[in-house]
Amino acid sequence: MRTAPPGSNNAGGSGSVSWMAWPALIAFTLFGVVPLLGVLVLSFSSWTGQTTDIPFSGLDSWRAVLSDPDLPHALWVTFLIMALSWLVQTPISILIGVFLAARHRYRAVLAVLYFIPLLLSQAAISITYKALLDPNFGLGAGLGFPFLQQDWLGDGTLAIGVVVFVVSWQFIPFHSLIYQGGVRQIPASMYEAAQIDGAGRIRQFFNITLPQLKYTIITSSTLMVVGSLTFFDLIWVLTAGGPGGATQSLAVDMYQRGFKANLMGPASAIAVILVLFGLLLALGLRRLGGRDQADSQLEGA
Amino acid sequence: MKRRNFLTLSTGLGAGAALAACGTSGPAGGGGTAKAGEASYWFLSGPPGESVRTGAVERFNKANPNGQIKLTAFQNDAYKDKLKTALGAGQPPTIIWGWGGGGLKSYVDGGQVDDLTDWFGQNAAVKDRLFPASFGPATINGKIYAMPAETVQPIVLFYNKQVFADAGLTPPQSWGEIMDLVPKFNAKGIAPFSLGGQSRWTNMMWLEFLFDRIGGPSVFGDVFEGKANAWSNPLAIDALTKIQDLIKADGFVKGFSSITADSNADQALLYKGKAAMMLHGSWSYGIIQAQGGSFIADGKLGYMNFPGVDGGKGDPNDTVGNAGQYLSISSKASAEQKEIAKKFFTSLLDDTEQSDWIKTGGVPIIKGADAKLASSPDADFLKFVYGVASNAKVFAQSWDQALSPTAAETLLSNISKLFTQSIGPQQFADNMNAVIGK
Repeated sequence: MRTAPPGSNNAGGSGSVSWMAWPALIAFTLFGVVPLLGVLVLSFSSWTGQTTDIPFSGLDSWRAVLSDPDLPHALWVTFLIMALSWLVQTPISILIGVFLAARHRYRAVLAVLYFIPLLLSQAAISITYKALLDPNFGLGAGLGFPFLQQDWLGDGTLAIGVVVFVVSWQFIPFHSLIYQGGVRQIPASMYEAAQIDGAGRIRQFFNITLPQLKYTIITSSTLMVVGSLTFFDLIWVLTAGGPGGATQSLAVDMYQRGFKANLMGPASAIAVILVLFGLLLALGLRRLGGRDQADSQLEGA
Repeated sequence: MKRRNFLTLSTGLGAGAALAACGTSGPAGGGGTAKAGEASYWFLSGPPGESVRTGAVERFNKANPNGQIKLTAFQNDAYKDKLKTALGAGQPPTIIWGWGGGGLKSYVDGGQVDDLTDWFGQNAAVKDRLFPASFGPATINGKIYAMPAETVQPIVLFYNKQVFADAGLTPPQSWGEIMDLVPKFNAKGIAPFSLGGQSRWTNMMWLEFLFDRIGGPSVFGDVFEGKANAWSNPLAIDALTKIQDLIKADGFVKGFSSITADSNADQALLYKGKAAMMLHGSWSYGIIQAQGGSFIADGKLGYMNFPGVDGGKGDPNDTVGNAGQYLSISSKASAEQKEIAKKFFTSLLDDTEQSDWIKTGGVPIIKGADAKLASSPDADFLKFVYGVASNAKVFAQSWDQALSPTAAETLLSNISKLFTQSIGPQQFADNMNAVIGK
């Protein structure tokens, strides 16, 4: 199972069909690599975004961004949202995924229900939550529960909490789906063997399910971590980076510099920083999986 | 030369695509470039302005079958972003709707808009019927780059007469009285002031008045003219301290820093009697009329100019806000399109459009418009606004419009911090001094 020579894992990788990769490659180059290079070029300019010619200014934008006293705060907020949303989403997603992986008819209905948040647009979700959390006209004031009558988005700590909650509410369905798929790939024979040995359901979960989900966890975590770097619309609609900059993440900072302050150069520098962070994190997580990650996990493959 | 054009074009497109990919990319398309012989015009959507603007264009198009205007309406923030992207890509609309001031200056610096000084010289009739004050934000370096349009919008102190009557209190005549009212309303469980603080410029209106009433127009004037350390003026520090005193005394509604002005929740707090007073643009009148049920019809809405501060140098007759809205002509438009736009300018604020604006609770920026106001059911408010606008010796432009976009963004982000008390007056002044003249 682990002895496959390197290279044999790229399904049907004979030269005759490699042309099938071209459409994807062209699209990626056109819409991924070219804009990325464009942003890199812009980060060395003092473009205001309002003219068609772009004045270059060397390292000025980078100097301005890296010496900005607010940058460490934006990094911290970005990291905090990333870490907290990973910590909240992962355990819940695994549990829901395992639960849904079992084959019963009613679970299919539940799976559809759980999936609904993912189908809604992030902006719509944010607007809804913003209305529900309104300190004067929201859920708390309407129902009269003192606990709900917090200044949810007007207090820095609570606002971060709300952002993490709404992010998790939206993306747990997606990650549950990934885990559901992962769990269904675990060979039933393993559970049968464990049952014969007298292992209970909890023991089976920790000794079979979790270890077998290793690569699924890495995939899902990569998506969570890298995705959280670019959370923008949700934070923008909920808090606009406020109150007083408490939820000013790098993505929000980039937007404000670029589109509000007409500083496309520094905004592009932040975009490049975000890309670098994303790459580093993705590579780091890949290493966690070890060398055999890319091999097929299917029995007999 | 050709190669350079290609490079700039491709990098511009790349940045646009990359930035757009970061969020939901908003209303795509929208028909930016108009066909030959057709001028495009972008403006803000939403009541009450959209229908008046649309009406003006439709009447123009009907009267000029050979020179049509194609209009597209956008939401406030979407409009600003879309316009910026379009300018950067070299495909702006023929007629650019805006607020004048620092934003207009950034178009002028980029060579994006036409100088209209000569045209106004040749068409004195167009110029002379408008409020002279409305030309201030349209004038950059002594030249006129925009056609003033629509209505005058000073910032007004609104109050709920019912709440005051029930509490047996009278509206404040000075800053001291404001501070005295705060504990009295709080004791009754009513917020003294409504505020949509998440929008940030809402907080800024307070600073604009306090700076003016305490130190007169020169305090912010120094900032505007780029004098070093202008924000450290002791009178500025005094104003910044006073606003934090009001925040510490719970002068603003609980949770104000999470309320947005776009949702009109701040106006709702006032007409639902949850807050006693609200400092807001005169356009709030139209919003309250549309959404506040019979609040205005029942005579419960009170309004006044912002009161003076005891010992302050400023004139309590001064005001701030929008002296008008502004239409510029893109320098990229064809000669034919520019002609249509100029023809359209001469048709603006005709009798129908004037009465349309008056119906929305707005005062058109036309000299002698007060004669038309009397017949309106909102005559009292409209005459009040006309009076404020014409009696003010200084009608200052809103700071975020007056300053360059770069300085304005720093200002707004520091105002947000000042109002959540994460920085004090001195820190605010230091942060702002760093961007003076930028």
